[in-house]
This record gives sequence, structure tokens and C-alpha cells, in this order.
Amino acid sequence: MSRVQVLAFACLLCIGDVSGEVIHREKSLYQNIEIQQKGDDRCLVFAVRRDDRRQSCFDTENPDRVVFSYVRMTFGGLLLQPKPSSILIVGLGGGTLPTALNELYPTAQIDVVEIDAAVVRVAEGFFNFKANDYLNVAVQDARVFIKRAARLGSRYDLVILDAFTGEYIPEHLMTREFLAETRSLLTEGGVVVANTFSSSKLYDYESQTYKAVFNEFFNFKLPASGNRVIIARPAGLPDRKTLEANARALAPSLNRFGVAIESFPKYLNTRADWDQTAPILTDQFSPANLLKNR
Amino acid sequence: MSDEQIDTKLERIGWLVLLLAFTSGFIIMSVELLGGRILAPYFGSSIYVWGSIISIFMVALAMGYLIGGRLSINRPNLGLYGLFFLLAAIGLLPIVFFADNAMDAVFSAIDDPRYGSLLASTLLFFIPTALLGMIAPYSVRLMVDNTRHSGQVAGGLYFVSTLGSALGTLLTSFYLVLWFDMNTILITMVGVLLLAGSLAIAFNRRRS
Repeated sequence: MSRVQVLAFACLLCIGDVSGEVIHREKSLYQNIEIQQKGDDRCLVFAVRRDDRRQSCFDTENPDRVVFSYVRMTFGGLLLQPKPSSILIVGLGGGTLPTALNELYPTAQIDVVEIDAAVVRVAEGFFNFKANDYLNVAVQDARVFIKRAARLGSRYDLVILDAFTGEYIPEHLMTREFLAETRSLLTEGGVVVANTFSSSKLYDYESQTYKAVFNEFFNFKLPASGNRVIIARPAGLPDRKTLEANARALAPSLNRFGVAIESFPKYLNTRADWDQTAPILTDQFSPANLLKNR
Repeated sequence: MSDEQIDTKLERIGWLVLLLAFTSGFIIMSVELLGGRILAPYFGSSIYVWGSIISIFMVALAMGYLIGGRLSINRPNLGLYGLFFLLAAIGLLPIVFFADNAMDAVFSAIDDPRYGSLLASTLLFFIPTALLGMIAPYSVRLMVDNTRHSGQVAGGLYFVSTLGSALGTLLTSFYLVLWFDMNTILITMVGVLLLAGSLAIAFNRRRS
């Protein structure tokens, strides 16, 4: 097995293996938050009774290591935009991703939008998350933030959409109109990376919606990982050679985060493996939470 | 025409009033539920958006009860009752055609999404909801023929219209949003209200 496969396999185990010791529990306006600790791994869990999904984990002994495969996959966006000078992240979680990007690009302006103030407190208290001059957090609904930012003329080289906890989906963040607003925030050559749903009917609907707004995009899946990350760039997608060259250049700096970026390019493909007759999600029609169970 | 004559005539239209009260109950809650969806693209779906919607619906219904009750004093008739439905139908149309423009303007004018959503709710939902609210006390007046049974009649009407509200909430959130665009649902409700109003007016003509 390759190193990626080992990592991916290890991560499957870490998802399957449920419940460490609960070290903090909190009810916020939006969700039940739990911090679980098992060995060195500390996880933020948006507590769901049946499937205890870990939202964000970090290794207390080796804080740089990005524990989750889907978070590591998010770095794939850098293959299309290796030197972002402004980044927008929707959804803070434990703050692993913004912290890593802040370390990688210390002078890039990073804005994080998180709806739940409790998540920000928990990220600061348990996951060493710290805002600084280049790393800001806005406690706000992402749709409101993005619409406002677009009107104020803000632009980002990289936008990462990671607002989905698995249990409840903010339906107004899934629509064609929302993606169009997000797209309007991109600089020339700007990239959108989205952690999305990989199963249920929602996969088809969501894929079609991204296609409607971005035309072609990379549908990024790693074998042995159940996740799918969408990587889109309105200015057009680079060829394999460019991706591989960028991967080689990024590899040394991403190594300490456990991100095997050089293995990514071959899994970035544009093949439509979903039902292309599925309707798109719009502000008028977005029953995402109902579709998720179908 | 004496009050007594009106009462005997209206006794026979009890089923119609109950049906129409059910319809208005259904539509009030269906629109309220869609309200969350309508505001979300501009103001998010946080708890304060629901706070705005629910409070505006409550205030609008309160005003509607007051006005509907006042209008029921003199010569209550199905014609005016039907007119409430027609006006409510017209009152819903701006939600379909001008919601985006209105919310756009509010979004630009007000930074705080709490007050933005409150103002937008007022602009979009106050008038149709108040008109729908006028139906409840007027229904009571149409059906009451003596003081002894007035509480029972009111109870029966609340029963029917609140069941309508429950069904409107359930059907909209479970199925309608899965099957249809929001505007399709709203336009259908406009159609239903127009039909309901015409029905009441037709009965009024036939019987007067």
C-alpha cells in the first residue's frame, strides 16, 4: 500500500472508532458541542446521537498533523492556486485548517466565517486556535457575510466552503445563487474548494448545481476515503503537468501537516460520475435536508 | 333586513365558513414557514430571522383580529368576508414578484441582519397576514346566532383554523418544498385564496 492509502485507511479507522473521553460538553444556539480526547487525538464533535461524527480533530502531541482526510484533501485547492494572498474559509470547526494555512502563508489575509460563537470559543480553548493580524474570525451567517463582502468589493484568491456538520445542512448555502455570489468574490484565477456530500441523492443535486455555476470542476476523491471535495476555478482548470509541478513545489511545506499532496493530481478528474438529470438547487428549491436521507 | 333574518340565512352557510377558516389557517402557517426560506439568502437562517418572522406574524395577526372584529359589527355578510380573501391573495403577490428587490434594498440599508430581517418581514408579510387575520373574528360573527353558543362557535372555528395551520405547517415543510419551487407554492396559495373569496361572494349574491 502506498503512504496515502495507509493514511487514508488509518483515518477510516479513526472515524469508525467512536467516543474517547468527553472532556468538555456545551450546548450552543446551533448544536451540541463535545470535545473528546482519545490518546493524543482531541476531537470536536457536533454531537449527534446515532452517528457520532467527529468534526475536527487535532493531535495534541503533534499539533501540525492534520488528522482528517477530508481536511487534508482541502489542501488540493492549492494545486490550482499555490500562492494565495487572500483566503476565505466558511466554517471554523476546530480551526485546524485556518491555522495551517496561516502558518503556510503568514502574510496572506485569512477570513473565517463561523455562525456559532461557541465553536470559536471551543476552538480557542481546546484546539490552540488563535486569531491574529492576518487571521480574522467573523461570527456571522456565511450567506450574509459573502453577500456583504461581494458588495463591498472584497476579493479572495481562495474560498473554502466547509460549513456542513453532517447532521443539519444550511440549505441557503447550497444553492446556485449562493455559489454565484461566492464565485463573484474570486480574484482572477481564484479557486473555490468545497467539502460536500458524497452520498445520497444530494450528491447528484449538488454536483449539478456546481456544474451550473462553475462549468467544469475537479471532482476530487481519494480511494478508501468516503469524501468528495469539489475544486473549481472559473478561469479554467490547469492540466495535469501544471498540477504535478505545483504539487512538487508544495510538497516540502505541506509535509509536516501530513498532507501527501504529490499523490493528489492523479485523483483530480472532471468526469461526471453523478446523475446528470438531477435538478439543481436554487433559492427557490433547496430541500437539501430532505434529500440527504434519500 | 333585520339581524334575525341575516342570522337564519347565515346558519346554512356554516360549513362554508368553516372551510374558508380552515383554508386561511393553512395558508397563514404555510407562508410563515416559507418566510424563513425567503429571508435566508439575505439574512441567513439564524434564530433571529425566525424571531423576526414570528413576531411580525403575531403583530400582523393581532392587528387583523382587531380590524376584522371591528368590521364585523355592522351588517356582517359573506361579500365582505370574501373580499378579505381576495385582498389577502393580492397581498401575497409582492412576495412573489418584489421580495428580492425589497430585501436587496433592506440589505443595503441595514447592516445588522436582525433589524434587516425584521424590516424585511414587515414589508413582505405584514399586510397579507393582517388581512388573513381579519378572517378569524369575522368568521365568528358570521356563525354566531346567540350569545349562549358564541363560545362554542368560536371554539369550533379556532379548532378548524388551527388544524388548518397545523396541516399547512406539516405539508409545506415535509412535502411542498420537496416538490415545488417556493413561488409555485405561493402562486398556488394566491389561487386558492382567490377561489375561496369568489366562493364566498358567489354565495352572498345567491342568497341576498
